[in-house]
Amino acid sequence: MPAGTLYRGREGMWSWVAHRVTGVLIFFFLFVHVLDTALVRVSPEDYDKVVATYKTPIVSLLEYGLVAAILFHALNGLRIIAVDYWTQGPRYQKQMLWTVVGLWILLMLGAIYPVLGHAARVLFGS
Amino acid sequence: MSTDITDAVELTGSSVAPYSPENPAPVIEPPRARTKRTPRSSRTNFEMYGWLFMRLSGVVLVVLVIGHLLIQLVLDGGVQKVGFAFVAGRWASPFWQYWDLAMLWLAMLHGGNGLRTVINDYAEQANTRVWLKTLLFTAVAFTIVLGSLVIFTFDPNIR
Repeated sequence: MPAGTLYRGREGMWSWVAHRVTGVLIFFFLFVHVLDTALVRVSPEDYDKVVATYKTPIVSLLEYGLVAAILFHALNGLRIIAVDYWTQGPRYQKQMLWTVVGLWILLMLGAIYPVLGHAARVLFGS
Repeated sequence: MSTDITDAVELTGSSVAPYSPENPAPVIEPPRARTKRTPRSSRTNFEMYGWLFMRLSGVVLVVLVIGHLLIQLVLDGGVQKVGFAFVAGRWASPFWQYWDLAMLWLAMLHGGNGLRTVINDYAEQANTRVWLKTLLFTAVAFTIVLGSLVIFTFDPNIR
């Protein structure tokens, strides 16, 4: 078992992993999202039919996951910029990561009702 | 934490004191250092501008994308309100057309450069890298062109 380092297995490495995974997921969603929006040039009916799938409970849950990925990538991206440009950034990178995680949890709690509220009403009745 | 550092130094099997500002570690030559044999065509600052672009576009995208999520998923009934009529209402305004255009270009280029990095990291054979990056470039160019055309040729009276 190699000795630990400042990076491996610690906050720096895992935030890098999460940033990369969320970035790839967002890229593939973006590609699909531009294609589905392009249906407005085909016909209103075709567009509305595809967007209807975005309103189902299962896809609402996927949207919640997408919001989770985007918010983490956004907040951690700002942390990366702070590490690069703020003179004290590298010193406080851990504290900034836990700030990112805390803000992310708060925003995700706030997103439950707007993103999943309709799905809950469909599944459990209003 | 402190034990980790001690262990790391012991692994080197050397009896010298741990590295410090007074006793700095030896400098390792960067693997891609430029030499006289580096072709002139690759002596650009492309990677530096790519690095800078990720940070500049990232800051702008935080504003554009979080605004987009608020409008589409949170305000006024969330995603349930979205439909052809909703899109027509928003793209009637040049402000939202240019908002979406900026978001499309910046996000595709930011994501495309991110995936380029991922391909460079994990595709070990030169051939695989070329093919994956060709595929990536095609997908990014196609998506940007298609999206831009859709935003500016949108016709609310298509039917």
